[in-house]
Amino acid sequence: MTPTETKSERAAGWNRPPVVEPGGEGGLLEVAMGPHHPSTHGVFRMDVALDGERVIKLKPVFGYLHRNHEKIAEQASYLASMPYTDRLDYFCSLTNNWAYALAVEKLVGQEVPERAEYIRVILAELTRIQNHASTIGFLLQEMGASGTPLMYAFREREKILDLFEGLTGSRMMCNYMRFGGCRVDVSAAWLDATRKVVAGLPAFVNEFEALLTSNEILMARCQGVGVLPADLAVNAGISGPMLRASGVNYDIRKVDHYGIYDRFKFRVPLGDHGDIYDRYMVRVLEIRESIAILDQALRDIPAGPIMDVKAKIRGFRPKPGEAYGRIEAPKGELGFYLISDGSPNPYRYRVRPPSLINLTILEDMCLGQNVADVVLIFGSVDIVLGEVDR
Amino acid sequence: MRQSKELAARSQEQILKTVEEIKSAIEAAVPGAGAEVVPNPGPAAQHSLRFAASSAIAVATFLRDDPELAFDFLSNVTGVDWPDKEIAEKVKVTRQVLKTVDGPDGKVEQAVEETVDETRKRIEPGCLEVVYHLYSVAKKHGPLVIRMRTGNRTDQVELPSLTPIWRAAELQEREVFDLYGIVFTGHPDLRRILMWDGFKDYPMRKDYVEPDDYEYEPTAHDHVLARAQGHRSREQGTGISDQDSSAG
Repeated sequence: MTPTETKSERAAGWNRPPVVEPGGEGGLLEVAMGPHHPSTHGVFRMDVALDGERVIKLKPVFGYLHRNHEKIAEQASYLASMPYTDRLDYFCSLTNNWAYALAVEKLVGQEVPERAEYIRVILAELTRIQNHASTIGFLLQEMGASGTPLMYAFREREKILDLFEGLTGSRMMCNYMRFGGCRVDVSAAWLDATRKVVAGLPAFVNEFEALLTSNEILMARCQGVGVLPADLAVNAGISGPMLRASGVNYDIRKVDHYGIYDRFKFRVPLGDHGDIYDRYMVRVLEIRESIAILDQALRDIPAGPIMDVKAKIRGFRPKPGEAYGRIEAPKGELGFYLISDGSPNPYRYRVRPPSLINLTILEDMCLGQNVADVVLIFGSVDIVLGEVDR
Repeated sequence: MRQSKELAARSQEQILKTVEEIKSAIEAAVPGAGAEVVPNPGPAAQHSLRFAASSAIAVATFLRDDPELAFDFLSNVTGVDWPDKEIAEKVKVTRQVLKTVDGPDGKVEQAVEETVDETRKRIEPGCLEVVYHLYSVAKKHGPLVIRMRTGNRTDQVELPSLTPIWRAAELQEREVFDLYGIVFTGHPDLRRILMWDGFKDYPMRKDYVEPDDYEYEPTAHDHVLARAQGHRSREQGTGISDQDSSAG
């Protein structure tokens, strides 16, 4: 690397074309990375064919954590699936709750009181911050920065999880949203504690960035690696920070204006190369925008009820019909598709998992890269196996 | 609050209009597309378009490439199982009945027309359905819901794959194949995805029967044996051994 080289020149050099023909004398080496591999974030396998160090084929293998969540939900009442949605992406139970509640509210035409909408926004943005911080921590862990960045991230995450525990009774399995509002009201003391945590977050992001953003190793490992072109990203249904790192301006909070997101001022960070570094950078900037949303929400939150008075709790039977509701979860577009036949349990219950669909292009990003970079590319997708396999 | 309800009602009307407009646009571009609007009676009012499997590729290409519609983002793909339904309906039947009537020469048997209510049962054949939710990243609109149906649930379960149009369908169509048994022709890599390769049967179907035991070596616990007794006749009827479909 010469000092005069620009980022894009380096990107062009790093993005080698895929090697299709096996070269050398030894032929191909087939490696099963996983299902028990420290970089796979759970039980996930990549069957990789290598020519020397280079990846020439990669097939993901799913299903080790499959428990047919959808079938189980079709045999339970609508509300009974709410705690089960916590277990999809167990880092972000509150956004899972919100996506499910939103879909059911669309199905029955339920309205949500203003205070509950504010609480939902506050919790969703806190979830986004702790998810993005942990993702970056894990990415650095996989890069060889053993422990330190992850512990910095987990220190902040722990503060946020304490807030979740104070409000919902559980750190990760929150089970908090209801159709037409939220389960319990936030107290003034909880809001004060949240303001205090949020006030400390910019210092954390600054510290995190000072350590990482211009770190030479991070730049060398991430820039120009695992490039995802914008047109392929859109065609393959990629969503969330992955899509925006490729330069596509599509944030469901801005497009659908679900909840009350049209009331807040925030920007949508975009990448311009679509490599791992851009995915890292987009996540850091999204943390900053989430802090801005939190400041506004905590300033404006009104008094009032947290459940709609007309919300039906007992004997909940939606009229026949169907609805697809989606939100911008930290990992991408999380959607729920429900068909009601008028009975107490859904006729069809479908989760649109961003983690699974963002893996569609894993092979495209890895072809021609070194096998050591596969771990980083996979880490930059940000998946949770509980949601991939359902 | 009232204002937002009015707004919602207005946008619902607009959605319906758009679906019908899209339908006429499809019919103009792809002759014989056989599109029909499937209304959604619920408050969400996300009406959908169903079209014939034979024209699916042409319609999907049109939806993606038309500059006005520009549905470039396939969000969600899923299957729905509609089993055979037994429908009981009441019909009025008129038939000739012999009755004893007072005639001029005493009592006479005479054919009289009589109308009675009769319950008739008919079986509406089931099918498998696949549902696609489309959005536009370029135009920021959506969703457009499109659906296709198979001929039946047993031997005509083929539908064209839309993976060549939208890569997003690749893993999701594999999942529909795995859990519902819809065979997508033209899919580049149609294998089971969540269940293992040797698995038989399709777990998301409504008539799926769970295996007695999930252990690798069958256990002879009482509740397992009782469950096995319960559906021995099913095994003989369908030829699918439930033990085959458990772990192994």
